[in-house]
Amino acid sequence: MEQNRDVIIAGGGLNGSALALALAGAGLQVTAIDSLPADTRTGPAFDGRAYALAHACKRLLDAIGVWPAVAGNAQPILEIKVTDGRAGEGPSPFMLQFDHAEIEESPMGWMVENRHLRAALRQAIDATPGITQLNGRTITAQQIASQAEVTLDDATTHAARLLIGADGQHSGTARRAGVRRMSWSYGQTALVCAIAHERPHHGIAHQFFMPPGPLAILPLPGNLCSIVWTETEAEAARIHSLNDDAYLDTLRPRFGGFLGQIALKGARFTYGLPFSVAHSFVADRVALVGDAAHRLHPIAGQGLNAGLKDVAALAEVLTLAHRRGEDIGRCNVLDRYQQWCRFDTASLALATDAVNRVFSNGNSLLRLGRDLGLGVVNALPGLRRGLIREAPGLTGDLPKLLQGKPI
Amino acid sequence: MQTTIDPTEVAKFQAMAAEWWDPHGKFKPLHMMNPCRLDYITSQIAAIFGLDLATPRPFQGLRLLDIGCGGGLLSEPMARLGAKVTGADAAEGNIPVAHVHAQQQGLQIDYRHTTAETLAAAGEAFDVVLNMEVIEHVADPAAFLAACTQLLKPGGLMLCSTINRNPKSFAVTIVGAEHILRWLPKGTHDWSKFITPDELDALTQRAGLTPVDRKGLVFNPLAWSWSISDRDLSVNYVTASVKPA
Repeated sequence: MEQNRDVIIAGGGLNGSALALALAGAGLQVTAIDSLPADTRTGPAFDGRAYALAHACKRLLDAIGVWPAVAGNAQPILEIKVTDGRAGEGPSPFMLQFDHAEIEESPMGWMVENRHLRAALRQAIDATPGITQLNGRTITAQQIASQAEVTLDDATTHAARLLIGADGQHSGTARRAGVRRMSWSYGQTALVCAIAHERPHHGIAHQFFMPPGPLAILPLPGNLCSIVWTETEAEAARIHSLNDDAYLDTLRPRFGGFLGQIALKGARFTYGLPFSVAHSFVADRVALVGDAAHRLHPIAGQGLNAGLKDVAALAEVLTLAHRRGEDIGRCNVLDRYQQWCRFDTASLALATDAVNRVFSNGNSLLRLGRDLGLGVVNALPGLRRGLIREAPGLTGDLPKLLQGKPI
Repeated sequence: MQTTIDPTEVAKFQAMAAEWWDPHGKFKPLHMMNPCRLDYITSQIAAIFGLDLATPRPFQGLRLLDIGCGGGLLSEPMARLGAKVTGADAAEGNIPVAHVHAQQQGLQIDYRHTTAETLAAAGEAFDVVLNMEVIEHVADPAAFLAACTQLLKPGGLMLCSTINRNPKSFAVTIVGAEHILRWLPKGTHDWSKFITPDELDALTQRAGLTPVDRKGLVFNPLAWSWSISDRDLSVNYVTASVKPA
């Protein structure tokens, strides 16, 4: 048995890494386990994946010391344009526009490439003595008694007061803890790629609501954009199997001509879009964060942002409990995290689900209602400002890290 | 560390410990109040001894006495923060229960079936004395506080929490907590033994301590949680006092 730690984090993705840094920064001893070797997870090549980081999440990265390494490669989002459109017809005349000048805290968010974010997190973790990394190791068993104990595929065992599952939508941590989940599929797949374009994007993010699903065009540094393009499963499989030229030919009419000539940059990805929420975010000496707790429809780019909100809330609950001398794995401590996060996440999941169901629809009556709705929202500054604040997750009882403050 | 527990009794004590430590069980009111009490205790200890709670085991080197330790709800957090803890309880049955639980947690705590008066007579000395929810149950508060003072090293800190005596505290702690919500067994508290903050300050001063702080511990029924209040000492409250060096 390895020496006892405060926390074991299963999963070294973005949420798991950010949580390891937040907890180690507060003086907790952390063991971070991931099934992939570190190099595999942090390859330096441009791979086409990027995240829209809400303002509050940028502040979290600042508070855990990661933002300076990311800032130089981040693209501020200065404006968000939401348009209802149908391929071949162009956008409808009704349009919802969010401008960062309308809220005090500019800009509205940042686009950060996956490779830069991962490299910055890894660099910070390597430089943090309170984190023991076990890379390329799979958890084969977990046992809960007066401590949480995991056995790895190299037959070593590791114990801590709390085991945190940051191991994604198919979380083994949750499964082994007996946490059930509610899930369903939208029958949609997201096609993700990056494109180079001729004209500057001026920091504007676009979201076109198309009948099969939304198309997001998100600005990256230079004349590059990240595309998240949602189609029905069958159509997405067909498009993904096309060669690059045919792929671009399919994208172009949906995209429109406002950025001039476009070309593919980096690899193309597809992501299934199942919706799933764990029945509980905590179990005996176990807590779940990010996709392990909830996988959202990425319609508003809220997946990573919701995960980092979990990270901030759990880090704060555990840090305060640790400083009081409480047993951080006990249910009365973990319940505080669950109460803080669960309502927020469930309501966000249901809201994004509802938006997707209304907008991913070709029904002409619904489409008219949608157009009028967007027009009305745009005409009412108060309501629109409320939506902007909601989008980056600025309302509610914000954890300290999301305010950019130390715990 | 006492190791005089009959092994055949251990299972029984473990079951009783589980009861003490069940946040939804018999001791639910204490569990609900505990984070708030601990916030006060830790911040006062840190302030008086100049310690940083963000460092590992900040109370390392402090000798702490928890009077009326029960199942160890305060002793264990203090030990986790590095203090060398003695837990004393006049109820003999609590000692093996607390001992078994601390062992499960891997904590070294010296639990003893004894009283403040006996420890004082034996010449024991501590940096911190926790005297939480005890004084309203003792027969002679003045003699009890004199013993607590004697147990403190010069410059040492005593934290004392109890319940104010007024119509509101009667309504909340006896009618509400014992008769309506049934959080506490009927007869847990005798209202006439409650002490006002001014009376407590006078008693501690007479015992030779200098009062340095007092705060209210307030239950908010909407948030269903406890918080520390600068102004509202009308029901539960806690005081800090120091033995002159």
